[in-house]
Amino acid sequence: MKMIEIQNLKKSFGELEVLKDINMSVDAQEVVCVIGPSGSGKSTLLRCMNRLEEPTAGDIFIEGDNLTSSKTNINELRQRMGMVFQQFNLFPHMTVMENITLGPKRLKGKSPAEAKDLGIKLLTKVGLVDKAETYPDNLSGGQKQRIAMARALAMEPHIMLFDEPTSALDPEMVGEVLQVMKDLAEEGMTMIIVTHEMGFAKEVADRVIFMDEGFIVEQGTPDELFNHPQNARTQAFLSKVL
Amino acid sequence: MMESINIILEGLPTLLKGMGMTVEVTVISLILAMIIGLILGVFSITKSKVLRAIATAFVDIIRGTPLLVQILFIYFGIPSVVDISLTAFSAGVIAITVNATAYLVEIFRAGINSIDKGQMEAGRTIGLSYAQTMRLIILPQATRRMIPAFVNQFIVSIKDTSLLSVIGLAELTLSGQSIYAVNFRAFEILFAVGVLYFVIIYSLTLFSRWLERRLDVA
Repeated sequence: MKMIEIQNLKKSFGELEVLKDINMSVDAQEVVCVIGPSGSGKSTLLRCMNRLEEPTAGDIFIEGDNLTSSKTNINELRQRMGMVFQQFNLFPHMTVMENITLGPKRLKGKSPAEAKDLGIKLLTKVGLVDKAETYPDNLSGGQKQRIAMARALAMEPHIMLFDEPTSALDPEMVGEVLQVMKDLAEEGMTMIIVTHEMGFAKEVADRVIFMDEGFIVEQGTPDELFNHPQNARTQAFLSKVL
Repeated sequence: MMESINIILEGLPTLLKGMGMTVEVTVISLILAMIIGLILGVFSITKSKVLRAIATAFVDIIRGTPLLVQILFIYFGIPSVVDISLTAFSAGVIAITVNATAYLVEIFRAGINSIDKGQMEAGRTIGLSYAQTMRLIILPQATRRMIPAFVNQFIVSIKDTSLLSVIGLAELTLSGQSIYAVNFRAFEILFAVGVLYFVIIYSLTLFSRWLERRLDVA
């Protein structure tokens, strides 16, 4: 079974058609990077996958469950898909530990002690165990993003969605965030990453998707897409960014 | 001077009783207004056009008419066509509640809207429902920003209760009037009435300053 299966997805904002006809699927443990110029629809595509944006037409199946069906419990389904945002979106009125344990306590019925153990485990994983009692405002951008990943992972998701996770970071902090993502990929997490980090995509992705003007223009392994792009638009984009 | 003090002291038991009534009406009304205001405030930011229209119509109508007219309408107007009789107390609570609600809706709406929409998205992607995200993520942050505006409205509502004297509710202002109607010492009595209003309002101000300081630390 595919982890994600998207059929004839369309999304419009008013008159503006952002996604025109998207068909794609993602296998378990696959790492897919989505690249393309800004305005190409890549973030919208990602946000459709957990219904932060309501698809205008088409079907999306997550582990076989129809995302847009009225029978689907969207809250339960979202627990299986973690999301990391460009702007981190940590909860500023909660400590780092509270940020991470909120979901496990409220939604997974974990006791405070169990949740805290999980929190410490995840903070160790992202290398920030000493920040447990800190408030987000006192963290650097790179630290915030690592906490945001720990918060998403606390729900023990089957899929992780990343929406330009390093675009709001100072250059010297990009590495620490990409390292955590790389570790996650090596552990076999299914990941869809919208990114401008071409080096990272080359190194970590199993498959790279190039989007432009609401279509998937071309996709393939990093070697195929970066070294032998077939489409003229892919070639033009890559010549600008590489 | 001694005579003035004696006039005030003689009137004080009646005035304190009136002050108690003012506080009672205000507290009940504001608790109700906060609850209804929050509900209509959430209505005003939902995607549902119907709910938004309800909230907007309510706010526009209540803000667009004088409180005194609303009080008279509820106490004299409605019972003249519908077969219900309201005590001055009930009518007063309804009028102050309805009026304060209209302003509180706007405070809730603006406060909730001031929170970055990424906060709602982050809550929802964890798997929290809309209501859970509102309660655990959005409102705790929004409330801190809303406190000064709430206190402002509470103070206005406390003073608005003096208008309930026109329907015969024995709150602080009417209690004063009933004393100087007998002893003709309007200066002393109204001075005392003013001091008692000030005591209520200044206590609230001090409390809110303390609360804001406490929340800033957290």
